Amino acid sequence: MTPLTPDITPDRSAKGTPFTPSIDRLGVMLLAVGVVLVVLAFVLQPVRASFGAIILYLTMVSIAVGSLFLIALEYISGATWSVPMRRANEFLAGLMPFLILLVLPLLLHIHELFNWSHPEATAHDSLLQGKAPYLNIPFFVLRTVGILGIWILFAALFVRNSTKQDITRDPALTKKNIRLAAAFLPVFAITISLTAIDWGMSLEAHWFSTIYGVYYFSGTVLAALAAGTLVVLALDKSGSLPKLRPDHYYSLGALMFGFVNFWAYIAFSQFLLIWYANLPEETYWFMARWRNGWEYVSVLLILVHFLVPYFALLSQESKMNPGRLKFIAVWLLVAHVLDLYWLVMPTYAAGVTIGWVELGFPLVGLGMVLLLLSWKTKRYNVVPIGDPKLQRGLDFRL
Amino acid sequence: MGKPLYSVTALFASPDALLHAVEETVKAGYTKYDVHSPYPIHGIERSMRLRTSPLGYFALAFGLLGAFGAVGLMTWITLVDYPLVIGGKPFWSWPAFVPIAFELTVLLASVLTVVTMIVVFLKFPNNSHPLHDTPYMKRVSSDGFGISIQADDPSFDEAVVRVHLARVAGTAIAPVYYDPEEMDHGQKLFDPRFIGVLIGVAVVVSGGTYVALNKVAFMEPYSWMMEQAKLKPQAPSTLFADGKGMRTPVPGTVARGFLPYAYAGKPDEAGKFLVNPLPPSALVLERGRTGFLTFCSPCHGNFGRGDSRLRGQFPNPPTLLSDKVRNWPDGSIYHVITEGQNIMPSYAGQVRKDDRWAIVHYIRALQRAHFAKESDLK
Repeated sequence: MTPLTPDITPDRSAKGTPFTPSIDRLGVMLLAVGVVLVVLAFVLQPVRASFGAIILYLTMVSIAVGSLFLIALEYISGATWSVPMRRANEFLAGLMPFLILLVLPLLLHIHELFNWSHPEATAHDSLLQGKAPYLNIPFFVLRTVGILGIWILFAALFVRNSTKQDITRDPALTKKNIRLAAAFLPVFAITISLTAIDWGMSLEAHWFSTIYGVYYFSGTVLAALAAGTLVVLALDKSGSLPKLRPDHYYSLGALMFGFVNFWAYIAFSQFLLIWYANLPEETYWFMARWRNGWEYVSVLLILVHFLVPYFALLSQESKMNPGRLKFIAVWLLVAHVLDLYWLVMPTYAAGVTIGWVELGFPLVGLGMVLLLLSWKTKRYNVVPIGDPKLQRGLDFRL
Repeated sequence: MGKPLYSVTALFASPDALLHAVEETVKAGYTKYDVHSPYPIHGIERSMRLRTSPLGYFALAFGLLGAFGAVGLMTWITLVDYPLVIGGKPFWSWPAFVPIAFELTVLLASVLTVVTMIVVFLKFPNNSHPLHDTPYMKRVSSDGFGISIQADDPSFDEAVVRVHLARVAGTAIAPVYYDPEEMDHGQKLFDPRFIGVLIGVAVVVSGGTYVALNKVAFMEPYSWMMEQAKLKPQAPSTLFADGKGMRTPVPGTVARGFLPYAYAGKPDEAGKFLVNPLPPSALVLERGRTGFLTFCSPCHGNFGRGDSRLRGQFPNPPTLLSDKVRNWPDGSIYHVITEGQNIMPSYAGQVRKDDRWAIVHYIRALQRAHFAKESDLK
C-alpha cells in the first residue's frame, strides 16, 4: 500500500486561504474600534485602562511566546506529527514584534500600576526595600525590553530557517533549528517566569508565590495550543492544508487536555500550600479573591478553566471531531483571558470591575491576530514544504 | 498433521497495510478473525467494527471508588474516629483531602483496571491458545502486523481465505493447527492447581518476610562490646535477693553537700540562726539572678513586685518589696524557698543550697534597688 501523497503546492500561492477580504475588513474594523476604545479608556480612566492593557499584553505574550515554545518543543523532541501544522505556530509567533506596541503604554504607566515604583511607598516598608534591588524602574524596564528583544530574535531566527527550507529544502536547517531550540528552551523558562513575576506578581509586591511563573506558563501553553488549533482548523477547512487525519486532531486535543489538567494541578498546588501554611502575608492574596464578588469569579474560573474543558475533552471522540475541537479552543482562549483578569484586576479594585473600558482590549487583540494571520498566510506557505519530516508528519498515526 | 485447523494467518509490513487488510476482510464478510501487532494501533477497533470495550466503564467505576473511598475514609477519620485539630483548621478540611483522593483515584483506576483486564477479559491464569508457540506469534510480538482468520467462521474455506489474504498483500500465509485438548477457554481462576500455587507463593513470601524482618534484621555480626556481663541501673537482676540490679545506700548515709535541713518546720529559728554563707559578689549576684529569673519570677515578677503575668489566675503572689520581707532576716527568706509557704511549694528539690543563698542575695539587691538611697547613687 502506498502512503498518502500530500497535495503540496510548491509555489507561494495557497489554494484557498481562509482569510478572505471580508475577514480582512472585519479585522480592520475590530482593530479600529478597539484602538478607539482603548485610547478613550487611557484618556478617561488611565489607571483602569493600564490594568486592562496588562491583561491584553499577557494574553498576546501567551499566544506568541507559547507558540514559539511549541515550535522549539517540536524541534528538540524530534516530533513529526506536528510538522504539517507548524506554520500555524510560526504565524502566531509573528506577533512578537507587535508586543512592543502593546508594552509601550504599560511602560508609560508604571506609576499607576505598581506600588513598588513609588519611593514614598517603599521608604517605610522593609519588605519593599528588600525587593528594591529587583523591583526598581530602570531594572524593570531593562528586563521587559531585554526579554522582548530575546523573544523577537529567537522568533525571527526560527521562522527564517523554517521558511528558507521551503526553497532550499536543506535538512541542515532543521538541525540548526534543533540547536536553536536547545538554546531557547532554558531561556524561555526563565523569561516567561520573569514576565509573570514582573507583570503579574509584582502588582502585589508584598505577596509572593514561588509557583507563580509555572502557573502563568501552564496558561501560556494552553492559550498557544488553543490559538494554534484554531488556525490549523481554519486552514484545514479552507483546503489550504493537505488533508489532516483525526490522529492529528487527537494529538492537539490530547495536548490541550493535558495542559488543562496541568493548569488545575498547578493552580490547586498554589492554593493548597498557601491554605495549609495559613500565613497572613500569603493568604491575603486569596482573600482578596474571595470577597466583594470575586468569589463568584473564582468559582467561575474553576468551572471555565478546568471542569468544563476537562469533561469536554475527556472522550476520544471529542478530540478527533474538528467542530468540537474548535469550540473548545475558543473556550480555552476565553478561559485564559478570564484567568489573567482574575490574576490582575483585584489589585485595581476590591470589587469586580467590568465595562466598556475592558471591552476595547480583546477587540484590539482579535483584530491584530486576524490581520497578522491574513498577512502571513498570503506571504508564506501554510505548510513547511521543505521540511524533511513533513511526509512522516502527514502519515502520522497514533 | 492429524490436528484440526484453527486458523489461517498472514503478516503485513506496516500498520497501514494491516488496516487496509482489515477493511478488506470485513468487506469479504468474515466475522471470526483477530489481528495482532506489537503495539496498539489506534482506530483499528473501528475498522474491525468492534463494539466499544466495556473496560473504560470499569476504569470509571474503580476511579470513583478510589475518590469516594478516600474522601469517605478521611471524613470518617477526621470527624468520627480521631478528630484532631490541625493548624487551627476545621476537622473536615476538604483541600487537604484532594491530593489523597487524587492519588487513590489514579491508583485504584489503574491497578484494578489492569487486574480486571487480565482476569476477566484475558481469563488469567488460563494461558492456552492455539496461536501461542507459532512462528506467527513470534513475528507479531516483535515486528510484524498480522491477521488470523479462524476456521470456525461460517464462510471459512481455506483455499478462499488464502487467496483473500494474498490479494490484500499478506505474506507468510500459514495455517495454524490445534490440539483439541488445549482448546479450553474457560475461566481458571478457581482451578485448585492455581489456588495451590497462589497459597504456596503467599506462604513463601510471608515466611521470607517474617524471617527477614524479625530474625535477619536483628542478627549482630559484631557486638562491639555492647553486650557485657554487667548490671545496669534500673535493670532486674537475679544476683540480689530483692531482684534489683541497683543497690540502695546504707540507711543513715548522707550524700556530700546534701545535709538534711536542720530547721524543717521551724521558721523562727531559721530566721534567728541561719546566716548567708556567701559573699554578695558580682558572681554570686549573677548566679542569684539566673535562679531568680528561672524559678521565682514566673510568680513574683522579674523585679519581685508580684506583678507577673500569672497575676489574677491564682491567689496573687505577694511582692518581695514589702516592709515585711525587707525586714526579714536572710534565714527567713531562705527558709521559705526551702520549705515553701501557703501555696508556694518547696524549691529544695529544684534549687541547690548555694543557689538558694545566691537568690537571697539577689532579692536583697532588688529590694535595695527599689528603695535606693541618695548615698547609693554616689
